[in-house]
Amino acid sequence: MTKITYIAFDGTPFEVDAENGSTVMENAIKKGVPGIEAECGGACACATCHVYVDEEWTGVVGEPEPMEEDMLDFAFDVRPNSRLSCQIKVRDELDGLVVRVPERQG
Amino acid sequence: MSSITKTDILIIGAGPVGLFAVFELGLLDLKCHLIDILDRPGGQCAELYPEKPIYDIPAWPSISAQGLVDKLMQQIEPFGPAFTFNRMVSGVEKLGDGSFRVTTDESEVFEAKAIVIAAGGGSFQPKRPPIPGIEEYEGKSVFYSVRRMEDFRGHDLLIVGGGDSALDWTLNLQPLARRLTLVHRRAEFRASPDSVNRMFALHEKEQIGFQMGQVTGLKGENGELRAAMVKGPHGDVEIPCTRMLPFFGLTMKLGPIADWGLNRHENLLPVDTEKFQTSEPGIFAVGDINWYPGKLKLILSGFHEVALMAQAAKRYISPGERIVFQYTTSSTSLQKKLGVAG
Ligand SMILES: Cc1cc2nc3c(=O)[nH]c(=O)nc-3n(C[C@H](O)[C@H](O)[C@H](O)COP(=O)(O)OP(=O)(O)OC[C@H]3O[C@@H](n4cnc5c(N)ncnc54)[C@H](O)[C@@H]3O)c2cc1C
Ligand code: FES
Repeated sequence: MTKITYIAFDGTPFEVDAENGSTVMENAIKKGVPGIEAECGGACACATCHVYVDEEWTGVVGEPEPMEEDMLDFAFDVRPNSRLSCQIKVRDELDGLVVRVPERQG
Repeated sequence: MSSITKTDILIIGAGPVGLFAVFELGLLDLKCHLIDILDRPGGQCAELYPEKPIYDIPAWPSISAQGLVDKLMQQIEPFGPAFTFNRMVSGVEKLGDGSFRVTTDESEVFEAKAIVIAAGGGSFQPKRPPIPGIEEYEGKSVFYSVRRMEDFRGHDLLIVGGGDSALDWTLNLQPLARRLTLVHRRAEFRASPDSVNRMFALHEKEQIGFQMGQVTGLKGENGELRAAMVKGPHGDVEIPCTRMLPFFGLTMKLGPIADWGLNRHENLLPVDTEKFQTSEPGIFAVGDINWYPGKLKLILSGFHEVALMAQAAKRYISPGERIVFQYTTSSTSLQKKLGVAG
């Protein structure tokens, strides 16, 4: 199990034990993290699962693929550490990952 | 007044379920006309995930969503369905003889003996970008589509986005606008390379402005835009503008269906599971838009629904006529309709 912490826009933390192979989005939805909408169910087709990866983790999490980068055009207040959480697969190296939920989704 | 197009069945929505309805209705000799706000068939499959493989279409261990749409188009071709794209069905009205009159947002008029609503998650409509306060400018100085190019003549125009719509309108409206600025989050574009090259050429000749960044706020009074605030790589800039065209993709909204007087279950249309008929006799609902106990929003379920619905539609249109149950493998009359009779 890999521990992930989501920090809602109001600062409330949500911790989950995520299964490897699942996505960061799926775990947020299961836990009911406010502000993660995931309208398209993880198809990289809606940009409503946008998160900011904690600066300390950006290197480990990695860069978005071109398709995700295209979709990020539709998100609100995109920053260099922006990712679509449905495109981040949980794996051992992400144990302890922290992501923040933006003020609003696109 | 424009002429009236007549058909047996008018299908609202050309998603996978609307398309397969043409097949089942065609076997019962009913001619179909489909209307969709998108510019091509396929609904969610074509718009949201064309390249993704689907694994639960019977007998197709894996097929791409666009591949499925292409196969459906091939399968229904013998029935010669008519299509009207880029149109939203805005009104449905029952006539005295039990038939229907349907109107579009461009005031075209259709008459049909029965209606099939295959509207899925609703009609695809432009997404409102997440810019605070944008609502008060909509329809006055912020537009999501271009109906008449002339409306933009002489304006300071801001176009936001990096896809084909944004780039095409940049190229087309540049000669009309007093000044045109394109705003996009990054230097890479999703649009076709040819449009991107032409846009950069205009930029080089200083005929358009390009600002990298994201629109974070709007300034103006009473819906009349004066400027947009853009957060760029080197801080905030204010770009004066009197018209804005944001292109942020499409989202599904129930749309005008809510106003047709049909019973609803939240944003869905309740139907029975024998006829798949709505609360209005002669109006059927299939696919993602309908609801009944146990409903699953699967393409597979939509295909089943249209087979039963077609029988009910036939009975609605030709009461008393006997419907003979036949297999496509063995019925020469069905094979004639499919153009495969030996
Ligand atoms: C990412 C993703 C993955 C999916 N994966 C699967 C899967 O693996 N298996 C599966 O079975 N299903 C899957 N689905 C669901 C499947 O796509 C839907 O069940 C299917 O598209 C429903 O088909 P439909 O024809 O009912 O409606 P839609 O495909 O939604 O099409 C409806 C059409 O009607 C049009 N329309 C609506 N109202 C109007 C109006 N007033 N005027 C004009 N046009 C109108 C819309 O523009 C749209 O084009 C997936 C969906 C998504 C988003
Ligand atoms: S859930 Fe839609 S893009 Fe991630």
